[in-house]
Amino acid sequence: MGQRVAIVGTGQTDHKSSRKDVNGVELIQEATARALEDAGLRRQDIDAVVIGNMDHFEGINYVDMWSIDGNGGLHKPVMKVTTGGTTGTTVAIAGYYHVASGLFDTVLAIGWEKNSESDTTAAIITCADPFWERPTFGGAVAGLAGAACEYMHRYGITERDAALIAVRDRKNALKNPYAHLRKEITVEDVLNSPMLAYPIKLLDMCPRSDGACAIVFASEDKTKCITDKPAWVHQVSSRHNFTFFTDVERAGRMPTLYEACMDIYKNEGIKNPLHELDVVEMYVPSSFAGLVWIDALGVCDEGGAARLVSDGVTEMDGELPINPSGGVISTNCIGATGLIRVAEAAMQISGKAGEHQIDGAELALATGFGGCQWSDVLLIGSSKPN
Amino acid sequence: MSKQKYPLLTISSEIEQPYNYSLGRYGGRLLKELKHNKKIVGIKCPKCGHVYVPPRQVCGKCFVKMDEFAEISNKGNLESFTVVYFSFLDPETGQKRPVPYGYGRIKLDGADSGFLHFLEESDLKKLKIGMRVEAVFDENRTGNFKDIKYFKITKERNPS
Amino acid sequence: MVNEEIVYHGRIKVPYSWSVGEYGSRFFYELKENKKIWATKCPKCKKVFTPPRKTCPDCFVPIGEWVEVGPNGTLITFTIVRYSAQIHPIPPPFAIGIIQLDRAETGLVHLIGGVEVEGIRSGMRVKPAFKEDRGGSLLDISYFEPVE
Repeated sequence: MGQRVAIVGTGQTDHKSSRKDVNGVELIQEATARALEDAGLRRQDIDAVVIGNMDHFEGINYVDMWSIDGNGGLHKPVMKVTTGGTTGTTVAIAGYYHVASGLFDTVLAIGWEKNSESDTTAAIITCADPFWERPTFGGAVAGLAGAACEYMHRYGITERDAALIAVRDRKNALKNPYAHLRKEITVEDVLNSPMLAYPIKLLDMCPRSDGACAIVFASEDKTKCITDKPAWVHQVSSRHNFTFFTDVERAGRMPTLYEACMDIYKNEGIKNPLHELDVVEMYVPSSFAGLVWIDALGVCDEGGAARLVSDGVTEMDGELPINPSGGVISTNCIGATGLIRVAEAAMQISGKAGEHQIDGAELALATGFGGCQWSDVLLIGSSKPN
Repeated sequence: MSKQKYPLLTISSEIEQPYNYSLGRYGGRLLKELKHNKKIVGIKCPKCGHVYVPPRQVCGKCFVKMDEFAEISNKGNLESFTVVYFSFLDPETGQKRPVPYGYGRIKLDGADSGFLHFLEESDLKKLKIGMRVEAVFDENRTGNFKDIKYFKITKERNPS
Repeated sequence: MVNEEIVYHGRIKVPYSWSVGEYGSRFFYELKENKKIWATKCPKCKKVFTPPRKTCPDCFVPIGEWVEVGPNGTLITFTIVRYSAQIHPIPPPFAIGIIQLDRAETGLVHLIGGVEVEGIRSGMRVKPAFKEDRGGSLLDISYFEPVE
């Protein structure tokens, strides 16, 4: 086990469809400055920087190099981490590893994306094997759609069941000043929106956002001097799957998310996650995924997610609130999205979530999803880990 | 400092990169069979017995090298599908991919996992998970995965 | 095992855009409209940056002060490109160098022209040769040429 690590500050930009007023460096700097301010630290106090996004999407590579002016990394060690959709959570895990190793005391973890400046679907398609899978692959939407179609067939859930996820997250976003989309929608709105790839419709799917997020990780000693309400990193876990989309095991719960969650519960001694977790910030790019993957959190039986959601268990006032921030369906700046899950989880623990605060949150789960069905999971808590 | 508002400048361009992709001997074997014989082959792991299509050198689960090729039927089951309606840019061509088009995961008889390929059908009402499908080959084959034009739905009943 | 080695020739072609931001927009506007080169100055360390920065990379404070720099400057270093590539702005041989404009502390990368490449020396004094037809890009300056 590594040394104890806490999240002592977070910062996010006000996420929007398009930020033409800033270039990439300046967008990154906004989130970085906010995180430093939240932590009460200066750039000089940081020992290392980890940064990531969907490299090449915005037409420029090597973000570790070109973003230095804005990422605080001048004359410091800087490492780029890019793992597709999980980039944000992997950046968080890498930031955690840096401090947990005992080699660094304070580390900045930064994720960002200007989706308005990329052709997101075309660029995502390049993750698929050029020969065997790229010709058919229709980007994140189509990939998620195929999986949704299977889940509907296996468990008999409907498009209406899935729409509740989008309605929930969009309603929660009203209480999050950073969220991109802040307009409530109804189940009928979702069902009547244009079909993108069956069964996913426009309002089932996340938007494309411009935004950045930064988190400061600190060692136990440093944390004492910084804050009296740190968000301790209790556990991290990550799982990948086969190379080809189609080799991924289909029966049962989403394998990588389930394995990563079970790994965390086992190491933490969690027997009943539904009751023991206080809040989940879940990477949910589409409403259907938001259903399918609840099964993988191990909080219900296989196929039981729809019932959990319709019973209100995952609402802000439910037994296990999911996505009080509004989630990915309200804001999706891909390289930052996973990191925002971790930041929001930390904000819940530190009591900094403002209007969307879940009272008494002491144990929060943050998840990340990558396009070829891989997962990151982090467990953040108010108590010092063992 | 002047309070004048300057017009915000955004530049637009394209990245265009050619690349070469070596199929390797394993992928190449399937392509040769498609081109010359209109046959599909997979490969079997000596440890777990899993038969993969397309064939590849290493079993991802067992991390052992495979060399037992297996002949695979041209027929199989449609395990999942979607019909894509939204028009998007295909990075290979730089043009919009024609929509709507149907594609799915097809598990052929003799294989243990499936692969993605186009479906002839793009009418949602006519597609259902579990349908039997059959490969339709192109008359002009060049040693490409698209030597299979698409999979058509057959009237056969799914035994499972 | 049949020795079958097939190579697929593919292509990635994706569009992208890049917003230069408010500060960059002002820089290019001034180049285009007024043939002037502007920089920004950090209030803390007083370093003058061109191209202009919104935040000082070292002090990490916002920068609000603009200063006009150049138009002349000193050629700090250069190289002569002698091979052809599609990406090059002009055919070879051509020189590209880093110019420190008067009153600036950082360098600007640009082409060196208006002179035989063999005649270029580090330390040369240079000035921008502006195009008549300018669109708001760094190539509104065709190249930097020796000051007589």
